[in-house]
Amino acid sequence: MRDKINIGYGQGFWGDSILGPVRLVKEGPLDYLALDYLAEVTMSIMQKLKGRNPAAGYATDFVQMLDRTLPDIHEKGIKVIANAGGVNSEACLQAVLELARKKGIKGLKVGVIDGDDILTRIPELVKNGHAMKNMDDGRPLSEIQGTLLSANAYIGAFAVADCLAAGAQIVIAGRVTDPALVGGPMIHEFGWGPEDYDKLAASTVAGHIAECGAQCTGGNYTNWREVEDFVRIGYPVIEGRPDGQFVVTKHEGTGGLLNRNTIVSQLLYEMGDPERYLGPDCAADFTSAMVEEIGPNRVQVSGIKGGPPTDTYKISLSYKNGYKAVGQLTVAGPDAIDKAKLCAEIVWGRLALDGCEFSEDEKMVEFVGAGVTHAGILESNDPPEVVLRIGVKSTDKAKVTRFGSEIVPLVTSGPPGVTGFAGGRPKATDIVGYWPALLDKTQVRTRVRVEES
Amino acid sequence: MTKTKLGEFAMARSGDKGDGSNVGIFVTNAADYELIKRELTVERVKQHFDRICFGEVTRYEAPNMLALNFLLRDSLGGGGSESLKTDAQGKAHGLGLLEMEVER
Repeated sequence: MRDKINIGYGQGFWGDSILGPVRLVKEGPLDYLALDYLAEVTMSIMQKLKGRNPAAGYATDFVQMLDRTLPDIHEKGIKVIANAGGVNSEACLQAVLELARKKGIKGLKVGVIDGDDILTRIPELVKNGHAMKNMDDGRPLSEIQGTLLSANAYIGAFAVADCLAAGAQIVIAGRVTDPALVGGPMIHEFGWGPEDYDKLAASTVAGHIAECGAQCTGGNYTNWREVEDFVRIGYPVIEGRPDGQFVVTKHEGTGGLLNRNTIVSQLLYEMGDPERYLGPDCAADFTSAMVEEIGPNRVQVSGIKGGPPTDTYKISLSYKNGYKAVGQLTVAGPDAIDKAKLCAEIVWGRLALDGCEFSEDEKMVEFVGAGVTHAGILESNDPPEVVLRIGVKSTDKAKVTRFGSEIVPLVTSGPPGVTGFAGGRPKATDIVGYWPALLDKTQVRTRVRVEES
Repeated sequence: MTKTKLGEFAMARSGDKGDGSNVGIFVTNAADYELIKRELTVERVKQHFDRICFGEVTRYEAPNMLALNFLLRDSLGGGGSESLKTDAQGKAHGLGLLEMEVER
């Protein structure tokens, strides 16, 4: 058994910089590279892409990333774990194998984890009495069952460990939890079992710290002036140990900042009850973590306590919930706010003239620059200009489209100083509703499979 | 005792949780932790965000991190893809809390 493994976390979401993984692979020691591509809305986008093209529905960013890193990854023997499979792990697998062939890499073992996608099984599950009520408000699934776009269970770290044990160097998963991308290698390397709750909790905390990439190494940090060299910001590397204790660090010579404060900041990100952070493999107590700086850019986390998980998986469903459009214009001062207010009234008024009306709940108006993100806290009464952001939502697509055509005309038929219009008429786009629920664990079976280039 | 902005000595991070946000705030010494525990009541935080948060506010303590975590329900205009707001994920709420003035 190794006494230490280095797990780098390269991309924290679909759209994160490709420089994260590219530099992690090049700039320092690494045993594993973890990458997270899935957010709730991402799954529905992927289902839609797959509906149009059976070879789509996975994170293409992942393949682009490998296009730049695969020779290094292969040569150095770095193992890669990514939930890039989205709703089509099989197509992602084939794309990666094809890439390896193109680069002349033989014998690359690529594994997939399946079983998280339960979209086609929903009717059968409902029939068998699984309620899958909305966790937030208790609504019954029947309210949205006809408009479902995606349905996935959050799989844990043991499936990732299984895939590694099957020999995969590249692990492609669908909806595994973000922390499981870090927990999987630890379970695999250190031989942890399903009842090693403290250790599993430690890997959950490690994964939570790393899962947003550079957000624990100086990104989005309150005291941003202390952060050096944002351009070359280092991405996190977790040094995991068999007893569960770990160190968060970043490669020598990279930019950014990693200290107790940047780690605590990220520990608090998207946190609910810190004493009970529920995952598929354990319940982690974040209040038990001892966080200590043990050197420059080195923070040790130890003492973490965990308990048994529940007998349900969290599942995430998405559904079609109408349409929206948002447009924006810049209104130059003087009197920028008053003129922007008038612009909004003109839009609503002209739409009404044409028989197109929206309820208060369906309308949104913001004066960006006057105090939107800090409404009621930090505001400016007379900024030199404001950006008018105006939007609607509705189940009626035609109405939303009609709205989109009534914004540009303000440039010539409203108050003076309306400018900065770019991007054409805002188009009606789908609103994707999010439906979190629970499902008995016995109903989800994961499978792993490994293929070779 | 003088009036000081929390941002002078505390740090924060926020993000989304469904149609609400979480705001984590922490300090770097025990005295300041006692201070934020005393000053940052649920009522005061709710009032501070009265034009942003339209639901319930819940507070959790994490003494190991000298931190408090607040959940601000109904603070994102629907959240996720449903929201039309600029800050649909509550990314700015942490900085908003640091604008609060306390006696220190």
